Amino acid sequence: MSTAVAVVLLVAVIAYAVLGGADFGAGFWDLTAGGPQRGARPRDLVERAIGPVWEANHVWLIFILVILWTSFPEAYASITLTLFVPMMIAALGIVLRGASFAFRKTVVALRYRRIFGAAFAASSVLVPYCMGAIVGGIASGRVPAGGVAGDPARSWINPTSVVGGVLAVAAAAYLAAVYLVQDARRLDEPDMAQHFRRRALVSAVAVAVIAAAGAFVLRADAGHLFDGLTSRALPAVIVSGVCGVGALVLLHRDASRGARALGVVAVAAAVAAWGLAQSPYVLPESLTFSAAAAPTGTLTAVLVAAVLAVVVVVPGFVLLFVLDRRGLLPAEGLEDEADDVLEERPRQRTHSSGHDGA
Amino acid sequence: MLATSLDPLAITALDPLGWARAQMALTLMFHIVLVPLGVSWAFMTLIANYRALKHHDRDALMLAQRWSKYMAVTFAVGAVTGTVLSFEFGLLWPRFMDQWGEAFGVPFAFEGIFFFTEAIFIAIYIYGWRRLTPWTHFWSGVPIVVAGIFGSISVVAANAWMNAPAGFTTGSDGSVVAVDPVRVIFNDSMPLQAAHMLVAAYLVGGFLVASVYATAMLRGRTDRYHRSAFLISFSVAAVAAPIQMGVGDSLARWVYDNQPVKFAAIELVPTTSSDVPETLLGRLDADGTVSGGIPIPGLASWLSDPSTGRATVVQGLDTVPPDARPTVGQVNIVHLSWDVMVGLGTLLFLLAAWYGLTWLFRRRMPRSRLFLVAAATSGVLAVIAMEAGWIVTEVGRQPWIVYGLMKVEDAVTGNTGVWLSFIVIALVYLAVGITTVLVLRAMSRRFRRAGGFVDHDAPYAPSEPPTPSVPEQEEVR
Ligand code: HDD
Ligand code: HEM
Ligand code: HEM
Repeated sequence: MSTAVAVVLLVAVIAYAVLGGADFGAGFWDLTAGGPQRGARPRDLVERAIGPVWEANHVWLIFILVILWTSFPEAYASITLTLFVPMMIAALGIVLRGASFAFRKTVVALRYRRIFGAAFAASSVLVPYCMGAIVGGIASGRVPAGGVAGDPARSWINPTSVVGGVLAVAAAAYLAAVYLVQDARRLDEPDMAQHFRRRALVSAVAVAVIAAAGAFVLRADAGHLFDGLTSRALPAVIVSGVCGVGALVLLHRDASRGARALGVVAVAAAVAAWGLAQSPYVLPESLTFSAAAAPTGTLTAVLVAAVLAVVVVVPGFVLLFVLDRRGLLPAEGLEDEADDVLEERPRQRTHSSGHDGA
Repeated sequence: MLATSLDPLAITALDPLGWARAQMALTLMFHIVLVPLGVSWAFMTLIANYRALKHHDRDALMLAQRWSKYMAVTFAVGAVTGTVLSFEFGLLWPRFMDQWGEAFGVPFAFEGIFFFTEAIFIAIYIYGWRRLTPWTHFWSGVPIVVAGIFGSISVVAANAWMNAPAGFTTGSDGSVVAVDPVRVIFNDSMPLQAAHMLVAAYLVGGFLVASVYATAMLRGRTDRYHRSAFLISFSVAAVAAPIQMGVGDSLARWVYDNQPVKFAAIELVPTTSSDVPETLLGRLDADGTVSGGIPIPGLASWLSDPSTGRATVVQGLDTVPPDARPTVGQVNIVHLSWDVMVGLGTLLFLLAAWYGLTWLFRRRMPRSRLFLVAAATSGVLAVIAMEAGWIVTEVGRQPWIVYGLMKVEDAVTGNTGVWLSFIVIALVYLAVGITTVLVLRAMSRRFRRAGGFVDHDAPYAPSEPPTPSVPEQEEVR
């Protein structure tokens, strides 16, 4: 049963990586989009792409934390004791990021949009770095079992954590760029599609280089993980690599479809590879999932909650995506309101884009 | 909390305990202000939406549309500050999680479902304004209300479990070996505590929203739009106020039966006795005597169990050793907070009664300026009452983090850097709090200027329709 919960945990981590990760990556492109004039259109696209879903994507993180502390409490205690600093930074970054994203969307004055935008974008890089570093600390066996603290600094400032952090930022940026190409095409903005296609290519290469260099680091610094990646997790590693290359080829050829799906599978398989390589340990070589597991009653409750969440979440997400792509309806039975809306639209548009571009 | 964090020795030695409590208290007290809006605003919005569709009421429609966007902002801030709390359970209280996570966590596992629902349907509702037919759109708002209710019940169930731990078996070494999730969630304290919080969410949300429109009416904006907004929100609060008195009364009796030491702190009872007076204000001195305040003879005994009246015996603080009860300072905090909660609750109830009776006899809302002034302050008062109630619960439970089973000092992290994280968090929260208010005000000013409805400037909203590339050039100039 602890295995089933561990799988749920891994699936939640994958979902967070490919959904929430892309939101962070979009923040990276926001950060690097350039001055207010040049960056206005990419920023617009970024906002449009993550607007509806960022909150729901973010709930995956909460779900991960809750599953972890409920099902494997000893592991959560060890992790929070040891990795206090990067976790606190990540928590703060999340507050800054969510709040400033929400605020930016509601203010029109350029000055404020820039302040909130900067806070949003900077924390979008900081948070995935911290998360990658946390994963690196755990995966390299630097978090001791038994609810005791490991080294408060070297647990997250070490070679594997650096690889993890940089890789997380790069992979998030890559995913976001791949999504944004698609969004730009859908919204009929071919120049933006090209803009992000170039960035997707560059970041894909960056991810590949970091991953390759990372392999050497892991061999030296995280033996258990490296062994896992080259044995148990090898199929996932291969899937990830093949899909990554496939996505790269499609992006390069500017193919209209397929790149996004392959990119997602590549990242998902990489995360799965980490999970497989680390198993059966939740804290490598000191605590296994089954040793850390909560009593059966708790695990059953968590599994029931997970099934219910899927039942609720999937149809909800589908509905949301359908609406996002659907044209506007005039409001029936409120004819005059529909008129209102039509009158209002052009005026408001010059408002905000005028500010953006000024 | 105060006693520890003000102790100079604790600061120089950087003992994390005081700082961890301060940080937990700060982040919770911030989050809880946003909770009532997240829980009850969607309900008020749907009332307006319903009126709009049923009676072709344009003012109500505009109201529903604007409220849905304000709601999105408060929901977003509520969500991120809530996330910090999930981190903090581990970061600040790792030994609590280690020992009790498997039981305490169960309600949170279910809460996740409701958060997902809430987050998804808020986005759908905002998207739906111009993409769904009106009644379908109305129904897409209902899951937000339902998820808000069950979400807050799940969270409070976890807190109630800390007050009335149940549903687990411990082994010989004290670790949890079996868990009954149903008993964990439906622990003894959960039904009343959850009901009290849920009613508080509607009461606080209603008064908060109403106070904004009361202020506008005082400034002369008495058009139909502002009146409808006030009527909807104030009516919700006015219904909740009397219910809250009843639920609170039952909850107090639950505390009397189950947490006698907390009850002694609430009622300021140093030694066990009958015919205990209800002391308004007043304080407990270090020597264990009560000074100051206005005692109402016998009332505390009488309220604790009306069937035995003034003969009801109330257990005193001295029935447990000093290290198993709140310190003198904490007792005073609990007692003062209790007076504040009940006092403000009574005032708000009277305000609601004024409104209700005027409707009953005159078929309209009270016209006097005094009423509007009172209504304009009601939002802040309700928030204070709610914060005070939480302080009663949390500080009254001291020194226990899990009542009778684990002390706060045994739960705290060993990290000595908590003072720093506290300071940073305090600064960030201050900035986020102020900005939230400013952003909401700016939105309202902009709505007033524009007059109509735009669906793309709220946090979950669709974006503006794509700007074609050619006009874009012109706009950028
Ligand atoms: C606007 C909010 C509000 C109002 C008007 C009241 N309360 Fe309250 N009270 C709360 C908001 C609240 C709260 C913040 O929601 C608490 C904290 C924990 C909880 O479940 O509810 C609470 C806790 C709380 C507790 C402590 C429960 C515990 O420790 O387990 C008691 C005994 C009462 N309340 C009783 C009352 C009474 C007798 C009231 C009558 C006037 C009253 N409350 C009005
Ligand atoms: C479900 C809800 C809640 C849970 C699970 C919870 C949990 C906790 C925990 C674990 C602590 C630290 C241990 C302790 O000091 O006892 C704490 C302390 C505290 N909480 Fe809560 N809390 C909840 C709601 C709230 C709310 C909404 C408020 C305030 C508005 C609040 C106010 C406080 C205060 C003031 C303390 C410090 C008490 C002291 O140390 O004297 N809590 N809470
Ligand atoms: C200490 C305890 C608490 C924790 C750990 C906590 C955790 C969270 C988290 C993680 C979120 C974000 C969910 C999202 O991303 O959508 C959130 C939001 C929310 N919380 Fe809390 N919460 C606590 C206290 C409370 C209390 C006491 C209540 C209610 C009575 C409550 C009700 C809500 C609601 C309704 C939301 C949705 C956001 C909103 O509507 O503003 N929470 N909370």
